[in-house]
Amino acid sequence: MSAQTAADVVLVDYGLGNLRSAQRGLERAGAAVSITDDPAQFAAADGIVLPGVGAFSEGMENAGPFREPLAAAADRGQPVFGICLGMQMLLTTSEEADHAGQGEVEGLDFVPGTNLRFDTGVKVPHMGWNELDIEHEHPIVSGVDSVGSEIPLADGTTTGGSVDGDYAYFVHSYYADPADPDSIVATTDYGTDFPAVIANEAGNVFGTQFHPEKSGETGLRILRNFVEYCADR
Amino acid sequence: MTLTKRIIPCIDVDLDDDGNPAVYTGVNFEDLQYTGDPVEMAKLYNEAGADEFVFLDITASAAGRETMLDTVSAVADEVFIPLTVGGGIRTRDDIKETLRAGADKVSINTAALENPEVIDEGARSFGSQCIVISVDARRRYDEAGEHYVGINGESCWFECTVKGGREGTGVDVVEWAREAESRGAGELFVNSIDADGTKDGYDIPLTTAVCDAVSTPVIASSGCGGPEDMHEVFTDAGADAGLAASIFHFGDYSIQDTKAYLDERGVPVRL
Repeated sequence: MSAQTAADVVLVDYGLGNLRSAQRGLERAGAAVSITDDPAQFAAADGIVLPGVGAFSEGMENAGPFREPLAAAADRGQPVFGICLGMQMLLTTSEEADHAGQGEVEGLDFVPGTNLRFDTGVKVPHMGWNELDIEHEHPIVSGVDSVGSEIPLADGTTTGGSVDGDYAYFVHSYYADPADPDSIVATTDYGTDFPAVIANEAGNVFGTQFHPEKSGETGLRILRNFVEYCADR
Repeated sequence: MTLTKRIIPCIDVDLDDDGNPAVYTGVNFEDLQYTGDPVEMAKLYNEAGADEFVFLDITASAAGRETMLDTVSAVADEVFIPLTVGGGIRTRDDIKETLRAGADKVSINTAALENPEVIDEGARSFGSQCIVISVDARRRYDEAGEHYVGINGESCWFECTVKGGREGTGVDVVEWAREAESRGAGELFVNSIDADGTKDGYDIPLTTAVCDAVSTPVIASSGCGGPEDMHEVFTDAGADAGLAASIFHFGDYSIQDTKAYLDERGVPVRL
């Protein structure tokens, strides 16, 4: 696959997550997607996506074999994109495991911090469409200036670009609480302003609390931004 | 800003005379009218700004179910919004294969009343977010209920029914909603046998009673005749989502018309 036409993206199959939807969304955004549980495939990929639906401790348990290969990818500067639970796993730990009586469960620790449960008197889970408010520019929410929409994609209709003020689809009970406020790329208001998009200091490891593959045109724009970011590297 | 109210079109899918999946819509209570191809309709609603999409399999046959899973996959490939699939889902394995076909959530009705354990199993295995419990409620004015509301000066309770409202179960909807929630249901899908097909509006006392009893999101269904009914169920009853079929399928209103109406009146929607 030529970098001129798309990016080769691996979708990590660790037994949780809606792989089919994520695959379809990434393909619609122009990526060539391989679903894999083989970490040996990570190094050659233009980008790695960690999907996720489910519980934190179960996710980390299943993702155990991928911990070192993902850390190596992050260090190499490869784009690593966590979705929903996949994003929460980028942090150091989560209250969720504690609440489930499983004690401290270690996350991937690419973004220092924890995940907290909503306790502001709102309905939990936070389920539905809510608004994105961009706090810091990052290619995933702002588009890739150097590439723009110049890369011809199989589906030429969906363009990348900024999603500030757009709506995305969320389903979650916990939210990220990064130690460094600079890790917060975008926020959403649900009783409290919580991080909807986070990134590590280098910017190559990032995640969305919402499901871009279920967020209509806005989601496809984010996936397109991701594909362009991967292709640009 | 804030979490928006969801507008959800729903299709009822059966096999046509040639064994192909087709959407049918009730007209005047009984008559089902051919309405279109499920995949094409899903595509249109995805583009039209629907917030979610509900696909109900009304075939009720094993052979139909196989065909239907293929159709669910074809629909899932076209919609980039959440997809809920219901009809004929009875066991953990049914849930699993429906999710695998591309559904984000499954809606379970009769099977959950017969075997409530399926809610626990489903929530444990796949997460509460994908377990939607659907009820077909009917108003009853006798002494057999547990939770009563006053309607036009009469005391009324709501009973869970099966077989499209033809059979009662004696189970109080409010009580059942609480139980379903405590077993791990992530959302409640509330249909009204009394309001279904009337286009006179949702059953507001019913929806209010359920919304007041649980903290999980509630999808109001049955009776929607237009945007003003959506407005009423969101503002008066506290529903989180409004479902409609015929008003959208027959072009009485578009999704965007409905959202514009709600937005003008201060209801948060995704425009």
